[in-house]
Amino acid sequence: MKLFYSLLLVPALSFALEAGKPAPDFTLPGASGDVKLSDFKGKVVYLDFWASWCGPCHKSFPWMNEMQSKYGSKGLQIIGVNVDQKREDADKFLSQVPAKFAIAFDAKGATPKAYDVKGMPSALLIDAAGNVQYIHAGFKEEETASVEAHIKQALEKAGK
Amino acid sequence: MPLKLVTALCILAFLEGCASFPGAQPWERGNLAKPIMSLDTDSLDSRFVTHIYDSKESSSGGMGVGGGGCGCN
Repeated sequence: MKLFYSLLLVPALSFALEAGKPAPDFTLPGASGDVKLSDFKGKVVYLDFWASWCGPCHKSFPWMNEMQSKYGSKGLQIIGVNVDQKREDADKFLSQVPAKFAIAFDAKGATPKAYDVKGMPSALLIDAAGNVQYIHAGFKEEETASVEAHIKQALEKAGK
Repeated sequence: MPLKLVTALCILAFLEGCASFPGAQPWERGNLAKPIMSLDTDSLDSRFVTHIYDSKESSSGGMGVGGGGCGCN
C-alpha cells in the first residue's frame, strides 16, 4: 500500500523548468562564433526562443532591440535562440528584421526541449547567478510593459 | 509457453502503433504554420459560414481557435 502511494509521487518528481531552478547550460553556433550561456554569468540574460514562421516574432524583435540598447549597459544580455530547421529561413527573417542582440541557432531543438518550451515564442529571464527568474510565453504589445518591469527588477537585484 | 507469452507481449506493444510517438513539439510547428496548412481557405468566408451555423442552431462556439497552427496564441 505504501509502495502504491509513493508511486503516485513519481509525476511530481519529473523535472519541469520553473522559476528558481538553474538554467541548463548550452553551447550553440551563433552568427559569429559559438554562444555559450555560462559565458554570460554575472549578466542578466533574456533568453528568447524564436523562429521565422512565428508571427509575433516580427513584433518582438524591435522591442528586444530597444531593451538591449536601453539596458545593455546595466548588464542585460538578450540571446535569441532560433529553432528553424533551415538556416536560410532564419537568415531571411534576420535580413527583414535585424537583431541588435546575440543570436544562436539550434535546428535540432535540443535547447527548447531542455528549457521545456510550451509555446512559440517563449522567453526566459535568467538572473546573474544563472537561475531562471521569469518565464513568458507568447508576445503581445500590451504585455511588454510588465516584462520590462521584470527585467528592471532582475537588474536591480543584480545590483546594477 | 514463454515464446507464446513473449509474442503476445510484443503484439501488445505494437498495438498502439505510431500513436506512442510524441506529436509536434511547439518549436517544431514550422510546417503547420504555413498558409497552405490552414483548415480553411478563406477566413472571412468561414466566418460567414460559422455565423450561418450559429444562427440556425441558435448556439455558438466549438469552431476552433483562430491564428493558425503555429501555437503562437
